[in-house]
Amino acid sequence: MAAELHVELVAADRNVWSGEATLVVARTTSGDIGVMPGHQPLLGVLESGPVTIRTSDGNTVVVAVHGGFISFADNKLSLLAEIAELADEIDVQRAERALERAKAEADAAAERRADVRLRAVTGH
Amino acid sequence: MGAQLRVYKRRIRAVTATKKITKAMEMIAASRIVKAQRKVAASMPYATELTRAVTAVATGSNTKHALTTEVEAPTRAAVLLITSDRGLAGGYSSNAIKQAERLTERLRAEGKDVDAYIVGRKGVAYYGFRERKIADSWTGFTDSPAYADAKRVAAPLIEAIQTETAEGGVDELHIVYTEFVSMMTQNAVDGRMLPLSLAETSAGAQDEDRAKGEILPLFEFEPSAEDVLDALLPRYVESRIYNALLQSAASEHAARRRAMKSATDNAGDLIKSLSRLANAARQAEITQEISEIVGGASAMADATAGSDK
Repeated sequence: MAAELHVELVAADRNVWSGEATLVVARTTSGDIGVMPGHQPLLGVLESGPVTIRTSDGNTVVVAVHGGFISFADNKLSLLAEIAELADEIDVQRAERALERAKAEADAAAERRADVRLRAVTGH
Repeated sequence: MGAQLRVYKRRIRAVTATKKITKAMEMIAASRIVKAQRKVAASMPYATELTRAVTAVATGSNTKHALTTEVEAPTRAAVLLITSDRGLAGGYSSNAIKQAERLTERLRAEGKDVDAYIVGRKGVAYYGFRERKIADSWTGFTDSPAYADAKRVAAPLIEAIQTETAEGGVDELHIVYTEFVSMMTQNAVDGRMLPLSLAETSAGAQDEDRAKGEILPLFEFEPSAEDVLDALLPRYVESRIYNALLQSAASEHAARRRAMKSATDNAGDLIKSLSRLANAARQAEITQEISEIVGGASAMADATAGSDK
């Protein structure tokens, strides 16, 4: 049995996901970072992007995170996000529509949000 | 029907109608408290983790940041006051306002100018009536605040604290809100958000850590301690404001439920005593009618007896 770390993914208004994982990959402002059990205590700023959690039972959870923080200490990883959506919760058609609308209105922030959502679902 | 009785009947009808309204408001408020409490609970993990992270950065690094270091001689302070949009909640808004007045008084005594930032129509009306200056105000969401509302409130406050005092910025950021202790108890409290009172947070954290038997680890900061703190503190302010808004909303509903419950009870008492009076009036009317009939009959009898002779 591989070592595990405990993950708490919380958004500002709810607890999004929590459980055991073997690897968490997130995008910080200075690049992607992968955290495995026993990592050095870490506190970083997240970019908006998909966060990949490899759970201990071999599944992969993908979450679209829009800004926030990653903090790791004592084998406990906290992902704090202002907005976080599980890939399963994302409505692809709605995200696509939002992406098109954002492109049409040249709203860079909205376009980025929609893009992150779509990438979380498709996994690219 | 006698005039007196009719007056009582009318008043009973009026009070019954009022009672129905207050009863409905009481039940609506009661159902909303639960929802508001759930929102407070749902926002807790984020707030706790964020406070933990802020404490970790503030204690674990030697970075001097504008938002954590106290200014030598603070001259300006911002006070964020959270009140409600609607009345009929007992002393809820006026308690918060009174607390803000006390805080303002104290800050003035310490030689600081106070900028008022107000959430809720009641607070705005209070300051507007006294023609005091309001730096900024927000209304329309005190019933069920969303995180976006907290962001909206936080933005000018963060901007003000990051601006130099000489250019119209502030040195300190205080918040006045109503703490939700339980269904029956809500307290208007004030607290300083920024600069972080590190002594307080680290002492609190240390107590907590000692209880858990752990020390705060030495963090590696990504990309750097300054950048993390730069990004963390606005979020911290937003989260504090969000929490305060949610607690205030829960308190508002609890205060309204209590006020409406006593209004309903009073209406019940009033109806009871009014119907007693109405009954007495009706009885008096009947008694009077009987004695009039009896008197009339005996007068008639006397008259006929007189004419017969």
